[in-house]
Amino acid sequence: MDFELILKVYPYFLEAAVVTVELSVLTIILGLICGALGTAARLSRFRVLRFLGAAYVSVFRGTPALIQLFLLYFGGPQIGIQLDAFEAGVIGLGLNIGAYMTETMRGAIIAIDHGQAEAARTLGLSKAQAFRKVTLPQALRLMIRPLGVNINAQIKGTALVAAISVVELTYTAQRYIGSTYKPFEMFFLAGILYIILITITGKGVAYLDRKVRLP
Amino acid sequence: MGLDFSVVPGYLDTILLGVIWTIAITVAAAVVSFFGGILFAVIALYAPWFIRLPVRFFAWLFMGTPLLLQLFLIYFGLVELGIDLPAFVAGVIGLGLHFAVYNSELIQTAILAVDKGQMEAARTLGCSRGQALRKVVIPQAVRDVIPPIGNNMIALLKDSALVSVIGVSELTLSAQLAIGRTYRPFEFYAVAAVLYYIVNLGMEAVLRRIERKTALSR
Repeated sequence: MDFELILKVYPYFLEAAVVTVELSVLTIILGLICGALGTAARLSRFRVLRFLGAAYVSVFRGTPALIQLFLLYFGGPQIGIQLDAFEAGVIGLGLNIGAYMTETMRGAIIAIDHGQAEAARTLGLSKAQAFRKVTLPQALRLMIRPLGVNINAQIKGTALVAAISVVELTYTAQRYIGSTYKPFEMFFLAGILYIILITITGKGVAYLDRKVRLP
Repeated sequence: MGLDFSVVPGYLDTILLGVIWTIAITVAAAVVSFFGGILFAVIALYAPWFIRLPVRFFAWLFMGTPLLLQLFLIYFGLVELGIDLPAFVAGVIGLGLHFAVYNSELIQTAILAVDKGQMEAARTLGCSRGQALRKVVIPQAVRDVIPPIGNNMIALLKDSALVSVIGVSELTLSAQLAIGRTYRPFEFYAVAAVLYYIVNLGMEAVLRRIERKTALSR
């Protein structure tokens, strides 16, 4: 281990880690939005929407995220979509994780006993009210932990944008491996930063989960 | 610049060769990750501390970092150590180890869930501890986690696209090769996506068969 080198380059890795955090936050927000929309579509009473929701999940989960990213970034201009690498990264990865989050959210909602909604309806709530006030709050509680798994995967997933030259942690590590020929040091440095990010997020999710857990 | 899929057939053999390499690397890495997973699980549960702790540290590092970063480490790290492996082998090792760590977590839980009486009965019948593990406990544990391991293998297939960055000419890199000649990224990445989707469906069918074959009729 060449600690002198690590001390010399770590500021650049910290800068890159900030980009990784930005990417993570933006993709996760977009993913949650896509997940909510996808879930609404999959549970809709209209067959067309159900089909679109299922197709979204199937296509984005059935193909590699890297290909989706390349298709958007390199292929986008051919169909009139001009994005810079960072934007393409956020949109591509956000759509990708959204498909996984759709399944997580849908799973939590259909796990809530149907009798709950029926009882609410019997008590005079409208269908929408029953969903909003009875089913959804209970489902949200079930969602937190599996969504935490999705989020954890996504933080690591942001590394893919290194392949379209966004200067984040993995790209920075790769560049310094190339220029210093010290793969282990650079891996270690970037790896520790990823693990710190994941640990903080994991603790946050666990805290939230404890807060809303039923006694 | 509109879309023109008529350039695709000219590169079909390149692309299909890429599909074959994608399947090859996925199967090879899946085998490594399966047996590696069992090995790591046994080490994590039964090995003495001076083997257990380094392996645990390695698993912790591999669970917490992106696969792409690990591939760079393995590819360039091996060169640094003077080991010159072909990209394909480096890719199999990288993918295989990454998913072995995930499989190991599943298998550990399953081993602990196998009734203690199984081990005791095997020992009573004269098996050594190692024999009892190998012939009685582990087969039962592994069978219990075939479905989640299958999910990991589906993820492995999609992550195999990442080995294109270290120069394994699987489907993604084959598409890039064709794009380099034709400047038609959308067409070739779209074709690659469709092919991945088809391979994915095929793999799911195979995994369902394996699940049915290995499930106990309870």
